[in-house]
Amino acid sequence: MSNDTLPSTAPVQPAKPVKESKPASLWSDAWYDLRRNPVFIIGGAMLVLLIAISAFPGLFDTVGVDAKTCSLAQARKGITSEHWFGTDNLGCDVYSRVIWGARVSIIVGFVSAIVTAIIGGALGLLGGFYGRWVDVLLSRIAEIFFAVPSILGALLILAVIGRDNAGIGTVVLALSLLAWPMILRIMRAAVITAKAQDYVVAARALGAGPGRIMIRHILPNAVAPVIVVSTINLGAFIAAEAALSFLGVGIQSPQISWGLMIADARNRFLEAPLPLLFPALFLSLTILSVVMLGDAVRDALDPKLR
Amino acid sequence: MAPSGERILEVRDLVKHFPLTQGIVLKRQIGAIKAVDGVSFDLHRGETLGVVGESGCGKSTLAKLLMALERPTSGGVTINGQDMTKARGAELKRMRRNIQMVMQDPYTSLNPRMTVGDIIGEPFEIHTDVAPKGDRRRKVQELLEVVGLNPEHINRYPHQFSGGQRQRIGIARGLALQPEIIICDEPVSALDVSIQAQVMNLLERLQEEFNLAYIFIAHDLSVVRHISDRVAVMYLGKIVELGKDEAIYERSAHPYTQALLSAVPVPDPEGRESRERIILQGDPPSPADPPSGCRFRTRCWKAQDICAEQEPLLEVRAGGHLSACHFAEAHDVIHA
Repeated sequence: MSNDTLPSTAPVQPAKPVKESKPASLWSDAWYDLRRNPVFIIGGAMLVLLIAISAFPGLFDTVGVDAKTCSLAQARKGITSEHWFGTDNLGCDVYSRVIWGARVSIIVGFVSAIVTAIIGGALGLLGGFYGRWVDVLLSRIAEIFFAVPSILGALLILAVIGRDNAGIGTVVLALSLLAWPMILRIMRAAVITAKAQDYVVAARALGAGPGRIMIRHILPNAVAPVIVVSTINLGAFIAAEAALSFLGVGIQSPQISWGLMIADARNRFLEAPLPLLFPALFLSLTILSVVMLGDAVRDALDPKLR
Repeated sequence: MAPSGERILEVRDLVKHFPLTQGIVLKRQIGAIKAVDGVSFDLHRGETLGVVGESGCGKSTLAKLLMALERPTSGGVTINGQDMTKARGAELKRMRRNIQMVMQDPYTSLNPRMTVGDIIGEPFEIHTDVAPKGDRRRKVQELLEVVGLNPEHINRYPHQFSGGQRQRIGIARGLALQPEIIICDEPVSALDVSIQAQVMNLLERLQEEFNLAYIFIAHDLSVVRHISDRVAVMYLGKIVELGKDEAIYERSAHPYTQALLSAVPVPDPEGRESRERIILQGDPPSPADPPSGCRFRTRCWKAQDICAEQEPLLEVRAGGHLSACHFAEAHDVIHA
């Protein structure tokens, strides 16, 4: 080996010829994968449409949902040119109510997913990084919440705190309170894996402090599973909101929620199936779009899980 | 490559015991892994000290102790007269500028989410007074050039480079703070043989250019011989033999060193027939419960009663260099 005098000063050519314009970071690689995935395109397009509906329901609404537009004389009518999805028990337009109901589902889903990702992610990062008593304390607290069956726990929380002020805020609180431990566990496991990597040791050898190591080295390498699970959780939160509203502890009338619409329509389902079927259809499509999105994100961020 | 003589690193009686605990809530210590157990040596400016030994003999723990990534159980590491094992906080951070490391695996030692520019520039972000902000990008490009990479590749990510190129990036990161000492923990063992030569040549060139002192940890004796001025042989957490490279390779006195040397592959099929082969029996004992007296006695063909009773000290014995064997006897194993 000592006789080997390969020129080490000459700039070495890149391993594989890559165009400089091509996305190169792992994040942009994932985005590149996503854009070419039909599952992501379809799921994403459906979700974008739903977000647009919930942001600007007035643009999609044809009849209106206030008391003026409902008349008992029009109750339980079928599909007409004016009432695209028919009318419900109170003679209100089902299409308009479905449009206005999207907002609650989208807000509850996104806010709960983001809140749990931030709280669970931050605590998981701290617990996984510092270990010892910090980890023990956080993990035991998480396990207390983990032990409560989620719908039962949410029912209990809403029955106690939500009696007088039921609404989006309390539903988000109940769902987030029960869901953050799952994110904490995922984050903690990913952080423990990342913490042992050589590049973290190298950063410590350079004199990097714990803040820099967590933010610059561990977080970017540990956040992918949290993003994946949070996307999948988004669908679960939307379903849970509908279930809680259906059970009467979530969103309360006169606010509009798909779960509430299904609950209101269920007694007269055989006479008038439309007021139940349409919100149920929209709920299913919303959850489907989120699940498709979650699958695509998981495939892009962690091809090993496929 | 001749050392200029000035002593920049002093290691004295360095000990690291990892406690073995039992129980979940009330942890009791039931023993300790004696990973490094009383290691002393000096390092001079511009010199390369090779450290060899088989897996589990404490080489990498020694590297971690020298980098202050682990706190020693006892003993001291003194750099330019300042004890690194007692330094804390800002003082330790300042001392780290003088001692950096190149890691073994170029695939895991670079953060996959950072560009090469960010990786090599990170030392400047941590030690903000080394380079003014506007100067950093230029410095990073200089470093890329120094290690033989294209400075235009500053915005690429590690996965766009080959193993040898990644190791060059790791070397550039180690050089950024202009340290006097670089610890190379098996820097070429993860690379192809042809690439090993390139990286070794680069390390040698950098040593001459910047008057660096290396501690070169490896299990490949020919790699160590190529680069080292002095060689230390470790067995179960202790240095068993320490001397100039020709002393170790041509007049090895410790039976363990002789056995190691006899295991070096010989590329010449003719010579392979005639050389000596010393084949050791058994496995190295557990570092949690090392043998009494001489640690090598359980596998040594020269072992006598005295070896179990009295620990041989590392002192000048046969061959004219330091070795730790009661029956040290200079012997040329490889007939090189």
